[in-house]
Amino acid sequence: MRAQSRIAFILLLTPLLLWLGLLILIPHIDMALISLRERISFGVYETSLLQYQKALTEPLYLRTFWRTAVMSVLATAITLLIAFPVAYYIAKMARGRLQQVLFMLCLIPFYVSELVRTFGWMILLRETGLISNLLQWAGLADQPVEMLYNDAAMMVGLVYTSMLFMVVPLVTTLESLDDSVVEAGYDLGGNGLSVLREIIIPHAMPGIVSGCIVVFMLSLGNYLTPTMLGGKDSLWFTEMIYNQFIVRSNWELGAAFGFMLLVLSSVIVWGMLRLTGRTLQETMG
Amino acid sequence: MIPTIPRSRAFRLIYGSYVLAFFLYLALPLTVVAVFAFNDSQFPSLPWEGFTWNWFFGEDRPQIGVFHERGILRAVGTSAFVALCVAVLSVSVGTTNAFLFNRYDFRGKGLLYVLMLLPLVIPGIVLGISILVFSSTLANGIWDLAQMDIQALRPGLLLVILGQFSFITTIATLVITARLQKFDRTLEEAALNLGATRLVAVRTITLPFLMPAMIGAVVVAFLMSFENFNTTLMLVGSDAPLTIAMFDRLKEGSTPLLNAVSLLLMLGSSLLALLVILFQRR
Amino acid sequence: MTPDLACVDLVKRFDETTAVDNVSFSVPPGSFFSILGPSGCGKTTIMRMIAGFLDPTSGDIRIKGRSVLDTPPNKRPVNMVFQHLALFPMMTIAENIGYGLRRQKMPKDQIARKVDAALERIGLPGIGARKVDELSGGQKQRVAIARCMVLEPDVLLLDEPLGALDLKLREHMKVELKALQAAFDTTFVYITHDQSEALVMSDQIAVMNAGRFEQVGTGQDLYYRPETPFVAGFIGEANRWKGRIERAEGDVLQLRAETGLAIRATTAGGLAAGDRAEIFVRPESIRLAGSAGALSDVDNHLQGRVTSILFNGAASRVLVEDEAGETLEVTLPQSGEFASLQRGDTVHIGWGAAQASCFGGQG
Repeated sequence: MRAQSRIAFILLLTPLLLWLGLLILIPHIDMALISLRERISFGVYETSLLQYQKALTEPLYLRTFWRTAVMSVLATAITLLIAFPVAYYIAKMARGRLQQVLFMLCLIPFYVSELVRTFGWMILLRETGLISNLLQWAGLADQPVEMLYNDAAMMVGLVYTSMLFMVVPLVTTLESLDDSVVEAGYDLGGNGLSVLREIIIPHAMPGIVSGCIVVFMLSLGNYLTPTMLGGKDSLWFTEMIYNQFIVRSNWELGAAFGFMLLVLSSVIVWGMLRLTGRTLQETMG
Repeated sequence: MIPTIPRSRAFRLIYGSYVLAFFLYLALPLTVVAVFAFNDSQFPSLPWEGFTWNWFFGEDRPQIGVFHERGILRAVGTSAFVALCVAVLSVSVGTTNAFLFNRYDFRGKGLLYVLMLLPLVIPGIVLGISILVFSSTLANGIWDLAQMDIQALRPGLLLVILGQFSFITTIATLVITARLQKFDRTLEEAALNLGATRLVAVRTITLPFLMPAMIGAVVVAFLMSFENFNTTLMLVGSDAPLTIAMFDRLKEGSTPLLNAVSLLLMLGSSLLALLVILFQRR
Repeated sequence: MTPDLACVDLVKRFDETTAVDNVSFSVPPGSFFSILGPSGCGKTTIMRMIAGFLDPTSGDIRIKGRSVLDTPPNKRPVNMVFQHLALFPMMTIAENIGYGLRRQKMPKDQIARKVDAALERIGLPGIGARKVDELSGGQKQRVAIARCMVLEPDVLLLDEPLGALDLKLREHMKVELKALQAAFDTTFVYITHDQSEALVMSDQIAVMNAGRFEQVGTGQDLYYRPETPFVAGFIGEANRWKGRIERAEGDVLQLRAETGLAIRATTAGGLAAGDRAEIFVRPESIRLAGSAGALSDVDNHLQGRVTSILFNGAASRVLVEDEAGETLEVTLPQSGEFASLQRGDTVHIGWGAAQASCFGGQG
């Protein structure tokens, strides 16, 4: 029995190790190694920090890096602000069938490819688009209005794309809040604001954290939305990675960019977990 | 702020309309995409030129419908093939992972669990390039050693499948582990007590219990793979899956053909989602 | 003296059902008032209306003489101990107790002093920094009460707060709650479905059934002088007979049960010969004897066979089957006299007419 159990254990462990080793760990180590080398001539490389030096001194790279970070944080904050009241409504105000239907309605758009969602916003926002026509028809504009290719359009797209990943964890945690706890808050003299601040938000914190982490990651790593909805002069960091890898074939610099993105996301996720005293297992698992 | 707390009419009205506005915001882009699939025009935008089915069934230029457009049909086939491979692979590995984490205590389990979660917090594009880099390192190494060019390690479907598999497996593992945790171990013990071997007990008792989660995970994995863009973008070779093919066309300028494809995608994935819900309710 | 709490013609309807049907009562200051009833009788609805979480369909709720119908729950001078206590899990004990004081914008140092005093008072000094889930059930209970009492409410509402505790602790908390009520000298309104909780703690008990108050009175009133068959059946246990009245002489009457047995009983009045009626006799009112002679002075007298002895310490019972084939429950005296009683033994049982309550209209 013991030997048998040992064999079963090894059989179960092998796929996990193969997956994590060959597809996650080693590729990332390899990427790190490549980012640390400099091409001297064809087929000859040297270890150096040149790529990172380039990345950190070239203003365009640096600006794009910070812009991506700041805009992702902003997108996360906006998503949270929009999603929280809706999640609260679904979890605590709606009852029975309505609750189920609203929750399902939240999920449906996300069974559809991100490409389709972005395409929808393009149809709505572009110069010949629906909203432009609507404005003209209403007399609010006398010529076609281009609303695509700017930061606002990109933000609309980013928020839309990540909404589900905020609403679902929020609804889940808020649903577990006992009605009587809220009632007790009022019974002891609290008003809407203080109950929200002292009871509802602290209770929803796990959902807020995991929602924010996922939305932040999705925004940071998004390629489609910034490319399709964002302006020509407002690059996203993922676009730079793509350009270095596919367009310029400069893998060393591309890998360095990739690593920077990875570090940025890890730092922010770690910081968020640290701030709220939670672990990755609790938040994701 | 729950129904039992009295609230002013105005407050309830404003809150209700906010929620309504939110759902309109959710529905708007998808509705627009769907409606313009039927526009009898070269552009998916106003003015409305009349209703047509041509973007689905049209046979002649310039309005070639989805069902006669070879490029799109091939891309759908590619996507379906990739998605099927990814779904089967990731759910298999997800199941073994679930058993490993649920049934065994071993040194380094916590670390492995965190590593298992990691793909969720790695941007998809980074996952893509790391696999791209590593596979070409491998291919170059093999070339240097044995002068063999392994095409499979160059950008192409295998890499796309592996790239998607690398993070979808995490999701499959989480879904199946959640269900396995609810399993009552005494049922398995009862089976052993009634004369089943360990393997038979798992096959006849535990796996049927896990089945709803596994089927759910297959569908979720299939949909996620079908829709994946970021990781695929970095690993794709000459056979483009649907999202990449659509992206290329979208960059060149869109026709209602893309709306038609999108509408079919929406219908397809809603149908799949509905099937899962019906199945799990049973 | 103005009552601390008065409900006047209170009605609450949900769609088709009437949860609270024209209930009026008043609670004098400093008393312990219980509403006792089976689940679904409407007692929680009354409590939630008093707390302000439900609006009455009609009627009025007055606290210290003033109607509070237009006062939102967070402004009412009543506080509530919830069924599952509803302590805030995201806060420490001290933060929980100080919550209401913070809402009153009380200075921090003053809050800290009040919280300490409250912890002292409930016998748990120094636990302020702990988390809610580090406390035992009984400790949580006391914290939940302290959290309300620091606000010095006019009325404290308690919604079956002992329901979640195990039996031993519940017994202990009954005594303690009564002591806390005396110590705080505040009006308590307590709802429960457990008669022993109500009987032990309350000054006044209202027995509620199907949205109405059946009887309001002290524990003794309800136990010894039930006014309705529901109260007679709900408070304590009883052997019951249904039948028709044969003879009525003032308060005392004789009933012929459906089994053929003739029983002498008392009634509050209004019954005449020929009326259908129901009789209740408590197991502890029935005397047990070895011979008929020992029971010659009681009004009702039966002979039977012991079919079962239900030993339960002080609450031990004997099941006696009478000649008509009906089984009666009789309390087994613990004086040692019947220590050797066995199944199959023949015994004599009897009870006075005063111990048998008769109500008309049943069956």
